[in-house]
Amino acid sequence: MSVGQAEFASALLDPKQATPAGLIDPEGHPAGKRFDVYRNNVVFSLLDAMETAFPVVHKLVGAEFFRAMAGFFVRKHPPKTPLLMFYGEDFPEFLAGFKPAQKLGYLPDVARLELARRTSYHAADCTAISPDTLGKISPATLMQTHFSLAPAMHLLSSQYPIASIWEFNMIDSAAKPIPGDQTVLITRPKLDLDMQVISPATGTFLQSLQSGHCLSGAHDAATHTEPDFDLTAAISLLLAHELIVKTG
Amino acid sequence: MLDKSPSRPDQIPNRAGVGYKAQHLDGILKDPETIGWLEIHAENYMGDGGRPIAQLKHLSEVFPISCHGVGLSIGAEGPLDQDHLARLKHLVDWLEPGLFSEHLAWSTHDSHFLNDLLPLPYTMTNAARVAEHVDQVQGVLGRKMLLENPSTYVTFAESDMAETDFLKEVASRTGCGLLLDVNNVFVTATNQNFAPNDYIDAFPLDLVGEIHLGGHEEDADDTGATLLIDSHSREVVDPVWALYEYTLARSGPRPTLIEWDNDIPEWGVLAEEARQADVILARQDARVIA
Repeated sequence: MSVGQAEFASALLDPKQATPAGLIDPEGHPAGKRFDVYRNNVVFSLLDAMETAFPVVHKLVGAEFFRAMAGFFVRKHPPKTPLLMFYGEDFPEFLAGFKPAQKLGYLPDVARLELARRTSYHAADCTAISPDTLGKISPATLMQTHFSLAPAMHLLSSQYPIASIWEFNMIDSAAKPIPGDQTVLITRPKLDLDMQVISPATGTFLQSLQSGHCLSGAHDAATHTEPDFDLTAAISLLLAHELIVKTG
Repeated sequence: MLDKSPSRPDQIPNRAGVGYKAQHLDGILKDPETIGWLEIHAENYMGDGGRPIAQLKHLSEVFPISCHGVGLSIGAEGPLDQDHLARLKHLVDWLEPGLFSEHLAWSTHDSHFLNDLLPLPYTMTNAARVAEHVDQVQGVLGRKMLLENPSTYVTFAESDMAETDFLKEVASRTGCGLLLDVNNVFVTATNQNFAPNDYIDAFPLDLVGEIHLGGHEEDADDTGATLLIDSHSREVVDPVWALYEYTLARSGPRPTLIEWDNDIPEWGVLAEEARQADVILARQDARVIA
């Protein structure tokens, strides 16, 4: 009796399904527990990957709850590629719909932050342009300039203090989070991640540049959010975090 | 960006190497003579940049690197994932590893990656399909690959070939080499109830380009029979060392990797395993010379 990979795969992810009938032990008995080795390998290795990927969510809900919850997730959303370092992109949405975790409304955004940090960690390297290079552009031209920003840059905004929640759970000396929204900038100037809370207007400014608007357009968008937006400080931030890769 | 310096080591020597773990970096660099080479899992270096790739680039200037894929799903019924093959080609092109190997197993079905090395029935039809996949990989990469014997826990009622015959068939159709995992032989032999030495006797040892050693766990199946699990989570056991020496006596020295992927120990423990493999390799060299 032949066992197709569709049947094998479906039985792997569903413990309620019977072991495919063509799988046996060397004496010809049904494979039984032997098949469970594969079931365990698949689920446990993915649970381990999830634990590595979402250490703060893991800490917030506790180990037992996390493994149970992630158990549902890995069976429903197995990885789509063998690149496990990016596994879990559907996790924030899954958390948003996961009833037993509804009380912790910040969980999906914390998961988004953990995903963004990981994506930034593996993003392409780049060399930022120097302040001198930027200084040589006349102010009028500069306002019409478009910037390519570092691929490792990520922006998140949440109604929860997600950066503070992350730090409180990962850094011993970090202060207790204070309720309130946060806009978070993740950068990776060389190989190490940097995370900081920025004003919503600075977030709008960076977002606008990232989506291809020129400096003047990004400035307009930011002043819309915050009338006395400080453009000089924002440009300093771009340079300090080595965010401008190309002008054009 | 990732230029290769002209003085870089390439060839994988007939010495012990270890599977690279970032937590061992300091230990490895402190005394690089402890090991002859390093093996990396290809998929861990398929990001666009950042620390993992920077580290690998640095290591490749110090050590010969072997590249071991764990996600190509060569044994799949469906076609190979061309995106994944392209990512692999990109990595192999800049890294230029001394060896590239993958598994006789499948892990992807219906675009779901199941993150385990799953077994397939040994039939001539499957040998032909696996050979097509190996041909494709070798064609895209522009180099010979090594195919590794798996650890298995179940038997397929439909299998009508021995694993060694299956591997010989794929190798003769494609010209690929083989990676002989001696721990997998021991695990599978126990689980499938045959003598591990017979497997080695039947194996085409002239095609072996690399040997793997690792640790396993012991369990039991529904009938109470011993069931070994290839866990890569502990030291190589004595019967596997003995089987390794039995193999080398017939194959001659081969690059030998210590695999330890779970419950990863301190560097010193892994270094000691590598030293033990080197001692056996040296004994083999002495025999060849004598």
